[in-house]
Amino acid sequence: MDLSRITGFLAGDVQADRLVPPTGFTARLTVFAAGAMAFLTVFALALSLATGRLADRWSDELARASTLRISAPLDQRAAQTAAALRVLETTPGVASARALSDEEQRALLEPWFGPDLPVEALPIPQLIEVIEDETGYDAAGLRLRLSAEVPGAVLDDHTRWRRPLVEAADRLRLLGWLSIALIGATTAAMITLAAQAALAANAQVIAVLRLVGARDAYIARAFVRRFTLRALGGAAAGTALGMIAVLILPAEQAEASFLTGLGFQGWHWIWPLAIPPLGAAVAFAATRHAAHRTLRELS
Amino acid sequence: MIELDQVAMSYGGGELLGDISLTLSPGSFHFLTGPSGAGKTTFLKLCYGALIPTAGHVRMFGADVRDMSRDDVALARRRIGVVHQDVQFLDHLPVADNVALPLIVSGRDRSDESENLSELLNWVGLSKRAGALPAELSGGERQRAALARAVIMSPEVILADEPTGNIDWEMSQRLLQLLVELNRMGKTIMIATHDMNLIRAAKSQVQARVLRISQRRLQTAGADL
Repeated sequence: MDLSRITGFLAGDVQADRLVPPTGFTARLTVFAAGAMAFLTVFALALSLATGRLADRWSDELARASTLRISAPLDQRAAQTAAALRVLETTPGVASARALSDEEQRALLEPWFGPDLPVEALPIPQLIEVIEDETGYDAAGLRLRLSAEVPGAVLDDHTRWRRPLVEAADRLRLLGWLSIALIGATTAAMITLAAQAALAANAQVIAVLRLVGARDAYIARAFVRRFTLRALGGAAAGTALGMIAVLILPAEQAEASFLTGLGFQGWHWIWPLAIPPLGAAVAFAATRHAAHRTLRELS
Repeated sequence: MIELDQVAMSYGGGELLGDISLTLSPGSFHFLTGPSGAGKTTFLKLCYGALIPTAGHVRMFGADVRDMSRDDVALARRRIGVVHQDVQFLDHLPVADNVALPLIVSGRDRSDESENLSELLNWVGLSKRAGALPAELSGGERQRAALARAVIMSPEVILADEPTGNIDWEMSQRLLQLLVELNRMGKTIMIATHDMNLIRAAKSQVQARVLRISQRRLQTAGADL
């Protein structure tokens, strides 16, 4: 579309604008509806992007990470850990393997047992983090080797719990986008209703304009421009409030990374800025359609 | 300019007008008369494309109304000034804006025409009322404002539907005077009225043809009027 036509449309025609009497109440309703919908869209967008990130992280990082658990009596634990690490180092497809330190293990257990847990004194299995390289390793082969050399080792390659989580995150992301689509459709429906009410209330004005030789496009434009600008203004305010609300959500913390991860990161902050122009475009199309349909019914 | 060729108009099965043929030639002056409900307003609506005939052909400036798009009709209306029976104004705008409405909707810059506008308002005697809202005008003032709006685009044809319907005799005379002046400037005039005195008053000044709608047909009334 021609940009100068858009700016010309937004700048408008002062003369044409006065022909349609101002309608205070419907105007405020339209602005409010557009604002509320934009506010909701910001959250749906944040949800979609956050779950998207989560799904990516889980499927990406976790796919390449697995855990080896050494359950052995305390006196054999260090020896078995060392043996397991040796096996892993010689396993093709393993990029790195690292035994978690006592502090890290304590941090993992802290949410359940509280701080100051004497990890050293407890028969807690030693965990080894295994990171795959691009090709990946043969889990069945590794299990066989480990059972021979490190009897207390159990390999957990995460697929068991990773897949449903990734699936859930993907589903959540889909729901987020679906919500955005529904919000857009609802906005279009509400603005169509408001525009139709305005057109009906101004039937007399439209009839007079037709009688003095106004073309349909001219009459439609007076209405379409109004509703587009209202939607744009409402959506801009709603988006701004929504972005502020997302901004003041508690910052991301390790304890509840999913909930507090709900927000925008980096360049994703650009996304919500697309809401006001999109809302205006929806209003433009909805009002234009309604106006031309109404006008066709007049002589 | 406007041609009706064996036109018929039916509403809901009943025929209101039938077998009507008429050509409005440039500079002519017509009166259209007939009892209330005979179809005078319908006849005028056919002339400016607000109605499509159920039979026959209406041609506006050479184009058949049936083949014209909505935009074509809008453009043709800029060449036809209509004074409506129930003078239709935009009630939220002052008289000056209402009179200038045809200029505004045709995209002309009003500031270029402000001199014309004030001259026109002066001509219909509404200079002092330019800022008033339509609701604040008297019946006669409204009729004159409607006439001013009908002629502001300098149309070739002026159609007036009962322009003296609810105003006193003196005001009717003034309005007629304005229409006669327009006719002398070469405009084609068609006035629907049932006011015989108005027709007699006009006949002393211009060569006017009187048409009568009677029993669904258009007849040329005799010279006895």
